Amino acid sequence: MRKGIVRRVAAGLLSFLLLFASACGSKSENNDVIKIGANLELSGNVATLGQSGLNGIMLAVDEINNAGGVLGKKIEIVKYDNKSDNTEAASVATRLITQDKVVAIIGSMTSGNTLSYVNIAETNKVPVISPSATNPDVTVDPKTGKVREYIFRTCFIDPFQGTAMAKFVLNELKLKKVAVLKDNTAPYSVGLAKFFVEAFKAGGGEILADENYTTQDQDFRAVLTKIKNLKPEFIYVPGYYEQVGQIVKQARELGINVPMGGGDGWDSPKLVEIAGAAALNNTFITNHYSSLMPDPKVQDFVKKYKEKYGSEPDAMAAVGYDTVLALVDAIKRAGEATPEKIKEALMTTKDVEGVTAKISIDENHNAVKGLVILEYKDGKQIYKAYVNP
Amino acid sequence: MNEFIQQLINGISVGSIYALIALGYTMVYGIIKLINFAHGDVYMLGAFAGLYATLVLKMSFVPALIFSMIVCAILGIIIERLAYRPLRNSPKIVILITAIGVSLFLEYTTMFFLGPQPRAFPEVFKHASYTLLGGKVTISNQEILIIAVTVILMILLQYIVHNTKIGKAMRAVSYDMQAARLMGINVDTTISITFALGSALAAAAGVLVGIYYNKVFPLMGIMFGLKAFVSAVLGGIGIIPGAMAGGFILGITESLVSGYGSSLYRDPVAFVILIIILLVKPSGLFGKNVREKV
Amino acid sequence: MYSAEIISPFVMLNLIIIAINIILAVSLNLVVGFTGQFSIGHAGFMALGAYASAIMSLNFNAPFIVSLLVGAIVAGIGGIIIGIPTLRLRGDYLAIATLGLAEIIRGVITNIDYLGGAYGLMGIPQRTNWLWAFGCMLVTVLVIKNFIQSSHGRACISVRENEIAAEAMGINTTKYKVIAFTMGSFFAGIGGALLAHYITFIEPNAFNFLKSFDILVMVVLGGQGSLTGSVVAAIVLTLISTFLQSLAELRLIIYAIILILVMLFRPQGLLGTHELSFKLLQRKRGVSHGSHSADA
Repeated sequence: MRKGIVRRVAAGLLSFLLLFASACGSKSENNDVIKIGANLELSGNVATLGQSGLNGIMLAVDEINNAGGVLGKKIEIVKYDNKSDNTEAASVATRLITQDKVVAIIGSMTSGNTLSYVNIAETNKVPVISPSATNPDVTVDPKTGKVREYIFRTCFIDPFQGTAMAKFVLNELKLKKVAVLKDNTAPYSVGLAKFFVEAFKAGGGEILADENYTTQDQDFRAVLTKIKNLKPEFIYVPGYYEQVGQIVKQARELGINVPMGGGDGWDSPKLVEIAGAAALNNTFITNHYSSLMPDPKVQDFVKKYKEKYGSEPDAMAAVGYDTVLALVDAIKRAGEATPEKIKEALMTTKDVEGVTAKISIDENHNAVKGLVILEYKDGKQIYKAYVNP
Repeated sequence: MNEFIQQLINGISVGSIYALIALGYTMVYGIIKLINFAHGDVYMLGAFAGLYATLVLKMSFVPALIFSMIVCAILGIIIERLAYRPLRNSPKIVILITAIGVSLFLEYTTMFFLGPQPRAFPEVFKHASYTLLGGKVTISNQEILIIAVTVILMILLQYIVHNTKIGKAMRAVSYDMQAARLMGINVDTTISITFALGSALAAAAGVLVGIYYNKVFPLMGIMFGLKAFVSAVLGGIGIIPGAMAGGFILGITESLVSGYGSSLYRDPVAFVILIIILLVKPSGLFGKNVREKV
Repeated sequence: MYSAEIISPFVMLNLIIIAINIILAVSLNLVVGFTGQFSIGHAGFMALGAYASAIMSLNFNAPFIVSLLVGAIVAGIGGIIIGIPTLRLRGDYLAIATLGLAEIIRGVITNIDYLGGAYGLMGIPQRTNWLWAFGCMLVTVLVIKNFIQSSHGRACISVRENEIAAEAMGINTTKYKVIAFTMGSFFAGIGGALLAHYITFIEPNAFNFLKSFDILVMVVLGGQGSLTGSVVAAIVLTLISTFLQSLAELRLIIYAIILILVMLFRPQGLLGTHELSFKLLQRKRGVSHGSHSADA
């Protein structure tokens, strides 16, 4: 009886094994296209980041394919939705690498999701370029201090972002007492808060509180009440738009009228929907770009995007677009579309004419770029300042 | 002190929502001894119904609320008839698993058709804040509305249960189904009405929450549903005033833990309370200990 | 051992997941199906096993077998600690308590930085391969099978059938409930550890209620009280899950419908309480007779 079960199970599994092996087989190599994977947050907590990013990516890909492609081949984007979930992102990465055999992966939009598969990419030697993951740990392993060989990003990193906002609050808004409210389940938020706090204190400011919330929270009144009692002059909320929208709305309802601010995680049309335009007045963010920048490249991009999608491109769309440009530039210089050569070419990226900036990759695999500071007025982003890298 | 009062107000508002949903749980459990896992999802569908009413049918607040309550009452009856009635004499475990199945079905079907993205309510209820105690404490009109609606509905429910014939039938069925049937009470109808009432209450909670947090999404029923369930158990499952009390206690405790401790413990608080109650006094605060008979 | 030419990595991934799911389903069946204790927090024990083993591998560079065992033991201890107080509860209450406890475990892990907090642990060495997975699966099935067929197992079944009568017959029901629960969590811990060392990345969210639910569906579909049923259901459902990966929302709808239909029309699951063996002539009946019920 005991053996019966074992044999039965073994036989069953063996037959499934054969069934599977024959059914799956290996995908036929299509040599006419360059397969690039996209591991994006198309649903879930930060869905608009991924959706915008994808729009930007596809706009660039279509342009390039219409102009003849790269190295005589068209680019094919193999996209999967990682559902804004870490485990799913890791699973998608594995699938892209082993099943779809992509030569490079674009993704993800958030640091948390990207971090979940950096090891998988490194082990399999496939380059990953993130358009907007800003946490430094994505490209530099915090345990060893070494740069991750195959991981790159075409955006700035949080130390820069946090410091820029700290300086803005101190020097432009001239405020000295700040309360911080961060999402401690997101590496992006924790990192950004940390860098802001460091820079703010170094500049002579005072941090009155450093509070936490989670991505699942909907009701922030309790912690906001606590913060309100400390009478801060500014509240820094370096989180993602869904919670931030609620936080700003509830803060205003509680009678907290001081200026508030955050980072690029705020940038989503949903933010205005959730918080309401009135609540967002007197808030400021650091961001990758603004569609209002007078630069002709920006305006050209805005026009093309509007034609194709019927809406204004936000920062995520712009960085998505730029990432493709940088990747294609690398492929061209590499001369062949293999993961190893692409990686090497990426390392020496210099002055790729992107929409958000001229993109150059430094020794830490990060892009050397400036940022913009925007203010929300009546639900629209107003361009305040540009900060050089 | 002001902070404390503010936290109390925060807690009471959230607690009212738990209470409203908990009423539905407690009524259904009282009558057929089923933890209706799908109740939280009826609440979610109530929010969506309200959204539909205001967005597409362009109704104002009160008609939208009533529309949503009616839709969910019907939904509750349908669920009961399709999924629970055939299993009325099955072992508990079977019906519990079915309830979980219904819950997931509702959640993911909604997600499939409407997408997982949260939606915002159009402004049906102009928001206004009032300050008390010399401007130190704020309460919004939405919070007042939620508390008021919850209290009114509870009083209404108590009246129905204790002062009407149908209420008497409900009490009879919950006490002894067979005997009630023998006395000529139409058990099936009574149960259906119970589900309808409970679902309508959940729908009301859904609409109120949708407006309050301005966020309606397919999985919104999970956390709130679980916490409402904890409230019901805390107060004594099957006991209506218990559900109210449980809801407020949970809401206030959560608020105080969040405000004075760390907001990271907000969700675990509910579960810890649940475990403590289940271990110390499973019949709840207002419940009576019933010995199991052989 | 199996080189990539024979089996593509994707197929390998699925086989290993199937093996792990068999371990999970069979261990849950011991608790739910054979002992009649409605536990829906199995993922909590998986989490304990996964994290404990991951810490051993990451921070102490332990050999895989040590990590595995530590994970399983920690999960087992968790089973004892949780089991003793909660197994007094019945039916619905037990279900909710186990659900709540799994959530508490998750919540606690999320708040402990040493365990990676909300971001989880990454860079776990990938030690799980087909040999380990299959081997552990065999061990799990054999051990549980033996347990069921022993007098201990029969005691558990008597608890399921009628707890009060069993108590009256002198069986220490609490003892057996805790034993079954602990064994179930021990093996769940192994499943969790294997998973952690395959995906190389774990986070608290991976062990939420939906994971417990996944395993529960396997047990229910296969038949509570049938080990073969759990094995078959684990295989079938893992395959369905893989084929539906691109339509993930659809998968859960289908699972839910399966669950409801099974409950309405065949509550004993595919195999009821029967076990299958090669001796088709003598249909060996499973270890219980009579109708199966798990009354609260």
